Amino acid sequence: MTPTRVPVVEKILDANDQVAQQNRALFDHHRTFAINVMASPGAGKTTFILKTLEGLSPRYRMAVIEGDTAPVTIDADKISALGLPVVQINTGGDCHLDAVMLHAGLQSLPLDGVDIVLIENVGNLICPAAFKLGSHLNLLVASTPEGDDKPYKYPNMYRGIDVLIINKMDLIPYIDFNMAYFQQGVEILNPGLRTFPVSAKTGEGMSEWINWLDEVVQQHRKK
Amino acid sequence: MHELAVTESVLEIALRHAGQVNADRVTDIYLVIGRLSSIVDDSVQFYWNIIAENTLCQNANLHFKRVPARLRCVDCQLEFEVQDSLSPCPQCGGYHINVIGGEEFYVESIIVEKEGATV
Repeated sequence: MTPTRVPVVEKILDANDQVAQQNRALFDHHRTFAINVMASPGAGKTTFILKTLEGLSPRYRMAVIEGDTAPVTIDADKISALGLPVVQINTGGDCHLDAVMLHAGLQSLPLDGVDIVLIENVGNLICPAAFKLGSHLNLLVASTPEGDDKPYKYPNMYRGIDVLIINKMDLIPYIDFNMAYFQQGVEILNPGLRTFPVSAKTGEGMSEWINWLDEVVQQHRKK
Repeated sequence: MHELAVTESVLEIALRHAGQVNADRVTDIYLVIGRLSSIVDDSVQFYWNIIAENTLCQNANLHFKRVPARLRCVDCQLEFEVQDSLSPCPQCGGYHINVIGGEEFYVESIIVEKEGATV
């Protein structure tokens, strides 16, 4: 038996990326703008999403996909209470949504007439960064109590996003958060990244984000 | 964290390429992993020993080729490597830096054997 080298050169997550492309095609077919919302646990993703839905209503018809590691419907129930379509994807303990899970979840969500779908990823700053979903916009909700060193510690997440929300700005007086140091890390990783400091709780800064998103979606729909 | 999903992908890729050349056994798998790809070698190896069992890849050795993070300063054009944390440009101290390498994440090649004949 002679050992033989077989050249491969294939991206390890190529299969995921291909399904992500199918998801994107499905969104585009329905003219649905998809946003992948990522954050660490407790950054305020769900509150931010609820306030974003409020801000965009009634201009757009919206739906939400909730990724959760456990079969609890705490987040999904809050969306349902608004009377909007919501699908929960239980990852069964997995640390992220991947394109295949999203593809399966989309089977339960009729996209006809949905202008914007917000996909709430599993709370985690490492794994979701590696798995593309097929979304048009990758968004990170950072929050001030997490600390100003997070861009330095989770570079892949900060490199892969299109827009950054800095949530819980109302807590700045009570914590040690050096905004200049935080933003310097972001600038190294993702120069010129569009950033919105907000408090989803008080509503501070939310209108700037909503107006920007409105503009981005309008531009996208003209394509 | 997501090493199981990654390891499953590596196995799928290796088995598919081994099947294409009618190999009987895969002895080695060469992976190229950039410093900026957050993957723990030991975890991949741990899952590998479990999921490769009873496949053509059983007992195949995983080789991790780590590629350093290469950066280029936008201001002074210096190219430099970092191993650990992010740092400003060592020449001009600037913070406008582009990543030009270190995000690699692929199966480079596999070594296969075939009973009685060279593949």
